[in-house]
Amino acid sequence: MTSWITVCRIDDIPLLGSRRVARDKGADVALFRSSAGRVFALLDRCPHKGGKLSQGIVAGEGVVCPLHNWTIGFCDGKAAAPDEGSTPVFTVNLDGDAVQLDAQELATLGTDLPLPLAGPCTRRA
Amino acid sequence: MKKLRLVLIGNGMAGVRTLEELLKIAPDLYDITVFGAEPHPNYNRILLSPVLAGEQTIDQIILNPLSWYAENGITLHLGAKVTGVHRTKRLVTAQSADGSLIEAEYDRLLIATGSNPFILPVPGKDLKGVIAYRDIADTETMIETAKTHQHAVVIGGGLLGLEAANGLMLRGMKVTVVHIAPWLMERQLDDVAGKLLQKSLEERGLNFLIGAQTQELVAGEDGRVKAVKFKDGTEVPADLVVMAAGIRPNTTLAESMGLLCANPRPGGIVVTDTMQTVTDARIYAVGECAAHRGVAYGLVAPLFEQGKVCATHLAEFGIGRYTGSQVSTKLKVTGIDLFSAGDFMGSEGSEDIVLSDPIGGVYKKLVIKNDQLVGACLYGDTADGSWYFKLIREGRTINDIRDKLMFGQALSSSNIGDVGHQGQNKAAAMADSDEVCGCNGVTKGAICKSIKEKGLFTIEDVRKHTKASASCGSCTGLVEQLIMATVGGDYSARPKLKAMCGCTELGHQAVRDAIFTQHLTSIPQVQQTLGWKTPDGCASCRPALNYYLISSWPKEAQDDPQSRFINERSHANIQKDGTYSVIPRMWGGETTADELRRIADAVDKYKIPTVKVTGGQRIDLLGVKKEDLVNVWKDIGMPSGHAYAKALRTVKTCVGSEWCRMGTQDSTQMGKDLERAMWRMYAPHKVKFAVSGCPRNCAEAGIKDVGIIGVDSGWEMYVAGNGGIKTEVAHFFTKLKTAEEVLEYTGAFMQLYRKEGWYLERTVHYVGRVGLDYVKKKILDDHEGRRALWAELQFALDGEPDPWFDFDQARVDLRQFEPVATVPSVVPSTVPAATTSA
Repeated sequence: MTSWITVCRIDDIPLLGSRRVARDKGADVALFRSSAGRVFALLDRCPHKGGKLSQGIVAGEGVVCPLHNWTIGFCDGKAAAPDEGSTPVFTVNLDGDAVQLDAQELATLGTDLPLPLAGPCTRRA
Repeated sequence: MKKLRLVLIGNGMAGVRTLEELLKIAPDLYDITVFGAEPHPNYNRILLSPVLAGEQTIDQIILNPLSWYAENGITLHLGAKVTGVHRTKRLVTAQSADGSLIEAEYDRLLIATGSNPFILPVPGKDLKGVIAYRDIADTETMIETAKTHQHAVVIGGGLLGLEAANGLMLRGMKVTVVHIAPWLMERQLDDVAGKLLQKSLEERGLNFLIGAQTQELVAGEDGRVKAVKFKDGTEVPADLVVMAAGIRPNTTLAESMGLLCANPRPGGIVVTDTMQTVTDARIYAVGECAAHRGVAYGLVAPLFEQGKVCATHLAEFGIGRYTGSQVSTKLKVTGIDLFSAGDFMGSEGSEDIVLSDPIGGVYKKLVIKNDQLVGACLYGDTADGSWYFKLIREGRTINDIRDKLMFGQALSSSNIGDVGHQGQNKAAAMADSDEVCGCNGVTKGAICKSIKEKGLFTIEDVRKHTKASASCGSCTGLVEQLIMATVGGDYSARPKLKAMCGCTELGHQAVRDAIFTQHLTSIPQVQQTLGWKTPDGCASCRPALNYYLISSWPKEAQDDPQSRFINERSHANIQKDGTYSVIPRMWGGETTADELRRIADAVDKYKIPTVKVTGGQRIDLLGVKKEDLVNVWKDIGMPSGHAYAKALRTVKTCVGSEWCRMGTQDSTQMGKDLERAMWRMYAPHKVKFAVSGCPRNCAEAGIKDVGIIGVDSGWEMYVAGNGGIKTEVAHFFTKLKTAEEVLEYTGAFMQLYRKEGWYLERTVHYVGRVGLDYVKKKILDDHEGRRALWAELQFALDGEPDPWFDFDQARVDLRQFEPVATVPSVVPSTVPAATTSA
């Protein structure tokens, strides 16, 4: 029995745009709204080098990662050929205009995938 | 809904490429059946020569294995001979490899029967040991014969004949080439290059009989050919005779069907610009068997273009047009460097520029007519072949680079960036292990391997499959050389009219023009009016369209933040970990103690990890979290530096007459004036200025989009320079007297660039495309026009908001900075049913 958590209303997500759901553990969950009004959710982490998909340009049913232009499909989280890789997909439920995510997935899906690092912390000691 | 039926007669490169293009755009429209005469699936016929020469195997040149046909649900009949087509019943009848009858009904028919080799009508032409050189069977025969026999005669000293001769010689045969014209490859070379080629090949061991006319092929006792006899009575021994005397379109079937074919026979099935036959609208023809505007092409690049257009019509889009191709040729004989394109012989009204170094083995001829490059013939040094070909196809005037044209790309305007490939300009000279693409770490060997194994023909193919030249583009010229060297004259150079992206057939210029002439002011309007193929556009065209709209109709067209790349949407530069960098604007590179304190305080307060000084003379704060951006901007209270935008970045200045003992002019004030006048100006790409106070040029103005250099009597203006990927020295533009003039001329040049530049062109690319003479005409000669341009720019910038502060006006959606929700990561079963705050 899925336990749904309401995270926002559909209108909170710009058309052809994205919002992010912050979690205590793991990368954010990126919510996307296609021009047809459908809502999708992916882990906010590109399979290539961990780029934030929520910052990409949305077209059709996919998003282009802002770091190196990989195109990730919303339905399966897979990168478009010939790139290879995929990011976890989160189940979305629409209750009227409330956007809901699966509580179990929010708590556990993709939480141990490492986040990209930058800056002085990456320097060799 | 029942699928339509498509039947393809001919399983070669042109027909199958058409199927590939069709499957890309309408994968479920047809049930497809293919009839192929040969027993092999589609293979790369161009690479038969390397197979003959022992450089590749037959398996390696298969383009579409049997599994490809199966995966795409295509019914394939190999070794089948089509015996007839009934056009009213729409029925194809064929005899299969085992002799049984096959029938296939069609709604659409595609004929791609290719060419037949021209066999000299001399006695003995049907003897054993007399073959043509068209397919795998011929190639295998040659390889086998070389093992057991000694003498080979190749009739025809054109492209194909020479490749056959070279291959047979490498396999150990003694080869004589018979050629009726006065010099070799007379369809691609002039007499000088032709004789140089002959000398080179003779040194390798080939024999030539130029001008000899074949009379008879003489049989031996065993019924196999044993000699070739000429009209003058002489004879040459021959165990193998290869007919490489030309090809003719294979139109036997087409003629039996009543399709109109060109004269003189066999001249190719006549097709229109949509690749439909003129006789029957349900029947299409592509490839060597088709005659388009009187030309039946024998090289692969035009055939691929035809296939693409044909596919759009089979898919019922109804918009594609094929208008003919320019072709180039490159001999695929390893070690011989030969390239030819366009009208290399010259005609009335044309002039030649020739570089001839017979001892060095280099001969280059460029043919110019009406200030355009119309032909090129290169022997011994073909590194610039693809560049000359591009100039020929573009038809642009070459007056401004005429004096350096012969010395090639590197000196005129290059397609190779300066860095990332160890200073190599000629791919041929590189070792397989040398890195060609510095951004992605791709070696020459890896690129060549990919081209051969995956059957790649274009720069886009190579980018997709290897990532080489897919990032900064510095190595594009080198990669093109490799494609040309591996694939030969069938290399598909970037087409003259490159489409903006996959969403449209239109190029940038056509779209820009339409936005102006049809007064289009929104992205959906553009997409609808110009027939965009996709409902949302894509990450390539949306930002471009957005720019074109706001620059063409300032104050009318509305900016669409969702169509901007993240940097311009968030007004900060995204870093590799998803944090951002903030660079406040420092007019002319000067700051104050107060500003520095505010910056320092922000660094402490928001725990910003790195503070860096930029080349643009300002300060960069790296590692700012997205949710802190708005507050950082507020706390620092300085204007946006637009370091993230395709807009005016900075105006670098040197100290100038205000302080410097050398300074002739007040460069810092001039720089500040320029920056204040033109900040917030969006452009096709980033724009950088610099102002130096004297010719010592300490502000490095010589590599800027606009560089201003103070001299005693005023200011010198330089344009279209570029630091970065390919360092370009700016061109001297004009000498000005006053600061007002500097503003007016700079502003006018910028406005011209804004209105006419293609998205992602730097000023160097724009000026390279339209020519410096054109820009001078518009800015220096047309005084009214220049003033109008400057006024237009000022109008567009008037009231333009600072995106760090005027959020509403700048259409900055503040929601993007905050998460829409924060959820605890506690598993549901341990969460109490209802929680109220303590």
